[in-house]
Amino acid sequence: MAWTKNVLRVNLEAGTCATEPLNMDWAREYLGQRGLGTKYLCSEMDPKVDPFSPKNKLIFVTGPLTGTMAATGGRYSVVTKGPLTGAIACSNSGGYFGAELKFAGWDMVIFEGASPKPVYLLITDEKAELVDASHLWGRTVWETEEIIKKQHQDPQIRVAAIGRAGENRVLYAGIVNDLHRAAGRSGVGAVMGSKNLKALAVRGTRTDAYQMADPDAFFAATEAGKKVLAANGVTGQGLPTYGTQVLMNVINELGALPTRNHRDVQFEGAMAIGGEAMHEKRPTDGKANLVTNGACFGCTIACGRISRMDPGHFSVKDKPQYHGASGGVEYEAAWALGAANGVSDLEALTYANFLCNEDGFDPISFGATVGAAMELYDLGILTKEEVGFELPFGSTEAMVKLAELTARGEGFGKVMGLGSRRLCAKYGRPDLSMTVKGQEFPAYDGRGLQGMGLAYATSNRGACHLRGYMVSPEVLGIPVKMEPQATEGKPAMLKAFQDLTAVVDSSGLCLFTTFAWGLSDIQPQIQAACEGDWSEDRLLLVGERIWNLEREFNLGAGLTAKDDNLPPRLMKEPAKTGPQKGAVSKLDIMLPEYYQLRGWSAEGVPTAETRTRLGV
Amino acid sequence: MQKSLHIDPNKCTGCLQCEMACAWENYRSFTVAKSRIKVFTFHQEGRFVPYTCTQCDEAWCLIACPVDAIRLDPVTGAKIVLEATCVGCKVCTIACPFGTINYVAQTGKVQKCDLCGGEPACATACPTDAITFVDSDWTGLGKMRQWAGKTDTNPATV
Repeated sequence: MAWTKNVLRVNLEAGTCATEPLNMDWAREYLGQRGLGTKYLCSEMDPKVDPFSPKNKLIFVTGPLTGTMAATGGRYSVVTKGPLTGAIACSNSGGYFGAELKFAGWDMVIFEGASPKPVYLLITDEKAELVDASHLWGRTVWETEEIIKKQHQDPQIRVAAIGRAGENRVLYAGIVNDLHRAAGRSGVGAVMGSKNLKALAVRGTRTDAYQMADPDAFFAATEAGKKVLAANGVTGQGLPTYGTQVLMNVINELGALPTRNHRDVQFEGAMAIGGEAMHEKRPTDGKANLVTNGACFGCTIACGRISRMDPGHFSVKDKPQYHGASGGVEYEAAWALGAANGVSDLEALTYANFLCNEDGFDPISFGATVGAAMELYDLGILTKEEVGFELPFGSTEAMVKLAELTARGEGFGKVMGLGSRRLCAKYGRPDLSMTVKGQEFPAYDGRGLQGMGLAYATSNRGACHLRGYMVSPEVLGIPVKMEPQATEGKPAMLKAFQDLTAVVDSSGLCLFTTFAWGLSDIQPQIQAACEGDWSEDRLLLVGERIWNLEREFNLGAGLTAKDDNLPPRLMKEPAKTGPQKGAVSKLDIMLPEYYQLRGWSAEGVPTAETRTRLGV
Repeated sequence: MQKSLHIDPNKCTGCLQCEMACAWENYRSFTVAKSRIKVFTFHQEGRFVPYTCTQCDEAWCLIACPVDAIRLDPVTGAKIVLEATCVGCKVCTIACPFGTINYVAQTGKVQKCDLCGGEPACATACPTDAITFVDSDWTGLGKMRQWAGKTDTNPATV
């Protein structure tokens, strides 16, 4: 059985840790990770609770393939009600932490209530305890990990922690594990901060915690899967060499790279901040930004960027703590910190990205909020007096300064920590917020790629590229090529992607495998690890069930069809340049068909028949 | 022909497939804490370095063992721990200059790399060829080849 069948329930108010058996009926219906965490959250909690109230729960959950030799089998998710959106929040991370939790013998940790004082959870195999964290409060993620390892004299402990951003309730604060891998989006770190929970520190050494249902079949299936990843151009070459940054120039040339708060769809500085630029030797010190690629646990793709800054760069000149190598910019971060606000200084982006990792906040939402602030400044709505310095589009110094202030929760950084929607509303221009359900767009323009527009509008956690990656068909031709501007067939393709993605996100595997893997590659791996029937049809039903359960949570939280929307800019202001010139989002054409395909009413509510069919 | 594990840290990505393979070989578990090969991350340098027993010819661990629980496998050249004989005194862990033989509380014995009887699971599992199993007389061959490639063999044409 690939589940440990153990759930750790931590009551932060009472300071207690209790073990309970995993609900296997739910595991059979929701698989694990995203699906199972969502099922627990929805079953135990009123979706109307304030995200920062002690009544909100915070769930760390692994999948059945987490901590196995399946390629990329090391993922975990954090599920909670998100403060940025008021919707379901589910953030997925790699690194080594998830597997360690499994090795210690836990599928899931559920945090309830709020601690009266700062604490961290220490797990050593079966033993779990809350430890005083008053000496860690106010510390960065990086300091926290170092102190915990020293304190327990165990360098093999794996740590997932919040930085000052989570403590300060930056609405897009994330949870960072292994120094630079993050459950980054939707503000799960702010919820953790609201609970006075600084970190989870885990050491897992058990050999009996879980087994593969059919080991021979498991190795046959995972070996076959690894061969497919190695032979594929994207997962075998593109991602290891350039990381996700392989996309920067591709998306820019396609005219779908949102620039300066989506005013433009192409960025003149794209070449300077893309994957190729990271390989180029700097004129200043003769070294490249990229040191090497790195893998998460069990990953045979290894798309991670490990970068080292130019020690002479103005942002780190007198700060030797940033002169070593660390997690470099991925495509989304490079876009958000760069193109979204017009900055094309790769070193500055790397520095801001280091700060995001160090103090735990989402570079996508942060960078996009900088873009919104710069537009407000450009329009004369936001002034130098309020910000404390000038804030024109393209100002490297301003972007860097805002990253520092947001990390520390100082000055205008406090306003930045509210995110784009609240920032723009505060200054009377809600229309300038490039968000859906309050969450900032990632790096693809919803006008340039019609399917991505629909994906953003319907994503259960707000604007997100990882819930239905229509870039695959619309740009890369996976599994079939679809024209970016076409609407025909997009709702059906998106539904299929959303359901499949929910399965992958619930398995313990990384979504990036799906550049090469289809369900027929994934299914045998899940089947061999887990007892019972995990046929392709059943898995897709599981995916659809998860999607609908998330939807039910959001409806229960008070969201409606009105929230399945895009900002007016994407609906009315045509793309100015490039191959998609003149395009606006045709969401209104696609959305009704999408609802119909989902088995939802015209108001976006699952029909009685759909609910019965899925058992939601 | 005897073969040796050959490690090229430059190719390692830190995925730990080797550690899982080792743990599986010996414990039927993926728990990397039980692995006899360890990948060390030097984060600030951006380096991942796998490290395990080099199977010394004059093995300190073998010589130090008071109960002769460590023997030479004449086929593979590996120094292997005879679990039935090992008394868990840990003298070998002190004798080994490299730290590659370690005590296991779960069994009360020590463990070290035994080359899996001649088919090391770590080398098979490594997706980047950072760990290979090669002719023990020619572990330098790759490096020689690299330097050979840089040699100017036809200076007259320059």
